Order: sequence, then C-alpha cells, then structure tokens
Amino acid sequence: MNTTIESLEQRHLRTDLPDFKAGDTVRVHFKVIEGNRQRIQVFEGICIKRQGSGFRETFTVRKQSFGVGVERTFPLHSPKIEKLEVVSIGDVRRAKLYYLRSRVGKKARVRELRQG
Amino acid sequence: MKGIVGRKVGMTQVFDPESGEVTAVTVIEAGPCPVVQVKSVETDGYDAVQLAFEPVPERKLTKPELGHLRKAGVAPHRHLVEMRGPSELAVGDTVTVESFQPGDRVTVSGISIGKGYQGTIKRHGFTRGPVSHGSHNIRKPGSIGASAFPSRVVKGMRMAGRMGGTRVSQRGLVVYEVDPERNLLLVKGSVPGPKSGIVEIREVSR
Repeated sequence: MNTTIESLEQRHLRTDLPDFKAGDTVRVHFKVIEGNRQRIQVFEGICIKRQGSGFRETFTVRKQSFGVGVERTFPLHSPKIEKLEVVSIGDVRRAKLYYLRSRVGKKARVRELRQG
Repeated sequence: MKGIVGRKVGMTQVFDPESGEVTAVTVIEAGPCPVVQVKSVETDGYDAVQLAFEPVPERKLTKPELGHLRKAGVAPHRHLVEMRGPSELAVGDTVTVESFQPGDRVTVSGISIGKGYQGTIKRHGFTRGPVSHGSHNIRKPGSIGASAFPSRVVKGMRMAGRMGGTRVSQRGLVVYEVDPERNLLLVKGSVPGPKSGIVEIREVSR
C-alpha cells in the first residue's frame, strides 16, 4: 500500500479538539469570512452524527433556531473551526441520531449522561 | 514545452490555509525524468524531448531499449515519453517537479479506467425507453439507419462496445502544491486513469 496520501493528510490532522460523540451538545466556534473581514460564529446544538474517518471525517450539529430545525455539517479537521467545546455529554444508544429530526419540543431532547 | 511523466497515487482533499475551503486534489508522483533524446526539425522533422521515467533493473529491458538509453548515458527506465515542442533541455538534463509551480495550468493525459463492454446509455449517453406499458425498448439503441438506402450501417455509428482504456487528456488543471522532496505534484481536480496509472503532465500551450 502506498502511504503517500496518508502522510500528506497527517500534516493537517487536528489533535487539539476534544473527544465527542453523537448525542453530545457541542459549541462550534466557526470562522466566517465576509469579504476581507472575518469573525467567529458560534453554532451550538446536538451532534447527531460523526461520519467518515481520518482526514475526511465530518460531524453534523442540529439545533432549533426560531422553531426551525437547522443542521450544519463541519469537516472535523477544518482550520475554520476556531474552537470546539463540549457543553454536555449525552446518553444515547445509537451512533446516528436521525430520529431527532422527526421529533419536536420536549421529545427532541437527549438525556444527559450521569457521571459515576 | 514544459512536461513531466508521473504515476497517479490517488486523490485526497486539502484545506485552503487562508479561506479554509476544501479542495479535492490528485496526488501524482512525478519524475525525476532524465532527458534521453532531443528531437529537432532538422534531424527528425519535428521538435520534441524524450523523457524516461521509473528506474528498473537492466534485465527488465530489451537490448534495443538498453542501447537507446545507453547512448544518452541514462540508467534503465521503464517508460519513455515524448513532449512535443521546442525546448532548452539537452541530453543529460533531468526534469523534476521543481519545474512546476503552484498555480500553473497543466494538461494531464493518461489511459482511462477500462469499463469493459458497455451499452449505448453508459457509453454514449443515449436516453433509455419507457420501462412500463409493455415497453421492450428499455436500454436498446433504437434504429441504426434506413433500409434499402444506404443498405449498410454508416461508419462511426454509435453503438455498444468496449469503453474506457483509451488515452484521455484533462485540460486546464491547476497545480496546487509541489513537493520536490518526495517528487509529488498535487493537482486540483481529478485526472484520467486508475491509481498507479502512468500520467503525462504538460504545461498548457497557448
């Protein structure tokens, strides 16, 4: 196997991000470039999936914005992610929380994992 | 004419350091390519540079091949490729990826992936017939010509047959990155041929 591509990808892998999984509530500080100005936009919601592996891995965050469900997918190793905070750890039984899409209100919550 | 021969390693993605945008790139391991022969209008009728690529043991080559390379003082190489056009290169020079810079526009040629025997829909982009209401004309090519006149099928009629495995050139690709240490070229977008296929990279001629 040729390992050239792996070594190319290795350079840009981010190791500074905390561990998180589907069900966790995360706060993504994402750089937005508007013309020649750049600012940080915070996107907070429940991570409903992590998809792909290695350098190509992405994760999707879902939140309710003015009563409308909004999902945003970020490349995990993107340099545009300024900071990623795990707000709370969820207690879920699946890796992909697509069932949250069909739920609204109180049912669309994820139980928080009790430590200890 | 600037050109080099390489081997397609595969594809990956890169993040632009400034905007953070994702770009798909093809990784090509190219060169170093020693110049074997310089052809000119006076002696050969056209201008070209012949490049060798990929060193091999001497036993892998035939005696005529070895003799041709020995004349230029080049070690045994598996592939010989000609780059048309006048050039300042001389026999004994070596072309490396350093002759390219990020932002250069290039044409990449290779042998496309063989698809085998394919029908007209995949091979020529025909549309298919209706699939219901008793239709038996789902993936058939339809009429291939008239009857008594011309009493034959016109040459070049698009029909089913072998697809792929032919030389394809992708023009106007942009060099994204050059890694002289590992002889790597990163080109934006996709490139013809399978992984580990031989590709020729040429500067775009204007």
